[in-house]
Amino acid sequence: MGSSKILYRAEPADQRLVEPLDMMTLIYQRRSGITHMVGEPVPQMLAAMGDDAVDAAILAKRLAKTFDLGGAADAVAVLSERLEELAELGLVERITDA
Amino acid sequence: MNRDAMLLVDALRNPATTRNLDAQGWTELLSMARAEQLLGTLAERFKIESVPPKVAEILAEARVNADYLRRSALWEADCARRVLAGFGGKVVLLKGTAYVAAGLKAGEGRSIGDLDILVARDDLPQVEAALLAAGWEWVKPDPYDDAYYRDHMHELPPLIHKLRDRMIDVHHTILPLTARRRPDARAMLADANCLPSRLREGPGEGQSNSRHISDPPLTAVASHRLRLPASGRGGLYTLSPPDMVCHSAAHLFADGELDGGLRNLWDIHCLLGQFSSAEFWVQLRSRASLHQLSEPVERAVRLAHQLYGTQIPKDWAGWHRQDKWYVARLTARDGWGRPTRKFIRLLFYIRSHWLRMPPLMLARHLWVKWRKG
Amino acid sequence: MHEFRVQVGPAAFRIGSAWREPLAQMAELYRDYPQPEFTDFSVRLEPTGLLRRWLRPSVAICGDYMLPDAAPLPLAQGLLAAEMAMNLQMALGWRRHLLLHASAVERDGRVLVMTGQSGSGKSTLSALLGSRGWRFMGDEFVLLDPVSGDAVPFPRLISLKNSAIAAMQAVKPDGHFGPLLAGTPKGDIRHLVPPGDAIARMGQGGAPALLLFPRFGYPGEVREVAPGETFMRLTQASTNYVALGEAGFTTLTRFVRSVPSRAIDYQSGEEAVALVEQLWERLA
Repeated sequence: MGSSKILYRAEPADQRLVEPLDMMTLIYQRRSGITHMVGEPVPQMLAAMGDDAVDAAILAKRLAKTFDLGGAADAVAVLSERLEELAELGLVERITDA
Repeated sequence: MNRDAMLLVDALRNPATTRNLDAQGWTELLSMARAEQLLGTLAERFKIESVPPKVAEILAEARVNADYLRRSALWEADCARRVLAGFGGKVVLLKGTAYVAAGLKAGEGRSIGDLDILVARDDLPQVEAALLAAGWEWVKPDPYDDAYYRDHMHELPPLIHKLRDRMIDVHHTILPLTARRRPDARAMLADANCLPSRLREGPGEGQSNSRHISDPPLTAVASHRLRLPASGRGGLYTLSPPDMVCHSAAHLFADGELDGGLRNLWDIHCLLGQFSSAEFWVQLRSRASLHQLSEPVERAVRLAHQLYGTQIPKDWAGWHRQDKWYVARLTARDGWGRPTRKFIRLLFYIRSHWLRMPPLMLARHLWVKWRKG
Repeated sequence: MHEFRVQVGPAAFRIGSAWREPLAQMAELYRDYPQPEFTDFSVRLEPTGLLRRWLRPSVAICGDYMLPDAAPLPLAQGLLAAEMAMNLQMALGWRRHLLLHASAVERDGRVLVMTGQSGSGKSTLSALLGSRGWRFMGDEFVLLDPVSGDAVPFPRLISLKNSAIAAMQAVKPDGHFGPLLAGTPKGDIRHLVPPGDAIARMGQGGAPALLLFPRFGYPGEVREVAPGETFMRLTQASTNYVALGEAGFTTLTRFVRSVPSRAIDYQSGEEAVALVEQLWERLA
């Protein structure tokens, strides 16, 4: 693998409708028409990403301001996984330095 | 009443012809439109035409459905784009998805099914591998069909995405390899144009109930906050306008039994209307010749003019003896939406197989199919 | 082709048939329904092959929307074929409301919605409540208006299956029942014409006030259902949620936020009615 870093950028907030219910949050994605049912920390991640290109480490720092994420290394690993999942779903875009 | 689909053709060509239509006439027109996959198109044509209240409801409903189909089609194309972003060759959208992605008139109200893309034949293994790795899987695992597809057809065996349940057809040329005519796929790929930006809906949904009416074409959407893949890297392409017409005509006349022919011909009517210019008609003539599609393209242009009133240059107009058979086949639909003119349909069915493969192959193919029941 | 037209709630159907008999049955059962001039959908009962018109007649369901591998039915079940065909048009083609596979009854302008799989009892329960002072709104589909959130009536012939047939005949001995269709893919079926007021008021909706997930054949119990689970189950019960896009999302989330939902188990019609009345009193 090369040294190119992968960053992630969320879709603009006006491209989705967010509806928190009891155990989960519903996210309607306008572009695809798909309704995603997500659990924590996904809604918080999307909110914290704003319009910026971030990686898991940056995101962990932002979220740590308002959430207890447990161990720092764990948090980054978990967020990495979630970011990849969100990229697969198209809620978030991968940006590579190339 | 012994109606045929000329009722639908007339309504599309000139909505004012429906002014004296009674309830029964409307019922029949709508059934035909549904059967011919043209209800969404009819709804577009009648946007500013006054119609009876019940009909207005039905057409409004058709627009909701067209929005849904368009959204699904563009999303599917975008998913394919992301998966194939690292791939070095061009990925060219075909048919309905292409029209919609490029904001063409032919895409307005269009019913869209599967995603169709065209790539270079040499790139098939790479594209196939990328799609399989990203969640698509084969639809038909039968080895005979599989071998048949790979050796003789113009596309990979069909793939379907596991989660989204949507099919993708990966073409490497536009007609089966066994067909009499050999379009130049390399030339089509070379002339394909990149779509200007990432595929998006118009401004956010729900901003007004009539959003679909005032939607700007996709090319005009501002994507200010996102950094987008530059042309040639991870973007999607469409065929050049003359090639789009050639492809549509090939699909209509050289590949099929003319099922869905009225819709296909409407696509051609829209494409010709949108791109018409002195230069375009010259290019169309030369591209059609290059792709060995002169006869189907010329017939398509004549019939679009005959049925839908497309404006065409004098040297493309005329009337060939066989044209009336095509018109009869294209309009073979009754007021219940049932196919009619069984004999003519049968002739075209046989012809379509004849066109797709040489006689010896045809016999073997039908034998294997028959044996399998 | 023989022809029959009928309006049910907001939808108008044109039904064609190669045989006279099924349409004669329909005309008799739907005699108090409006006969529309303009129609939304056309369906056809056609012979499956050239000879099948006369020889062991076999009915294929065709129409504006069709399923490619639908199994044909014998002519004796032609009425069932027509009803199934109408359901199919709604399920595949209707986009004017969010469609839920559910039954509904109304009281004082507010609507009780009941949803569940086949056999859960939602159909029979709605018929029962319809004869206990509630206004019957439909047993197959509940239509939710995307703008107002109201439930709109769709009062077709009530489809009673197997043991529910005798049960309803006991409750409504003078009810207008259709012919007994024995040996269908779902067992014995008999249709019941909805009460007069259900037909007369098919144009009047109401605000949904209570959602129930009924389950017949279990000891009586009531359980709360969380909004998340309700949402998920309702998307599964909807044939057009996805097609409606954003309107589907906002309609369903509004419903889930504003309508309490309960799962109820019961072993008899009477038990169910009692549970319903209690819950309605408390929650609606």
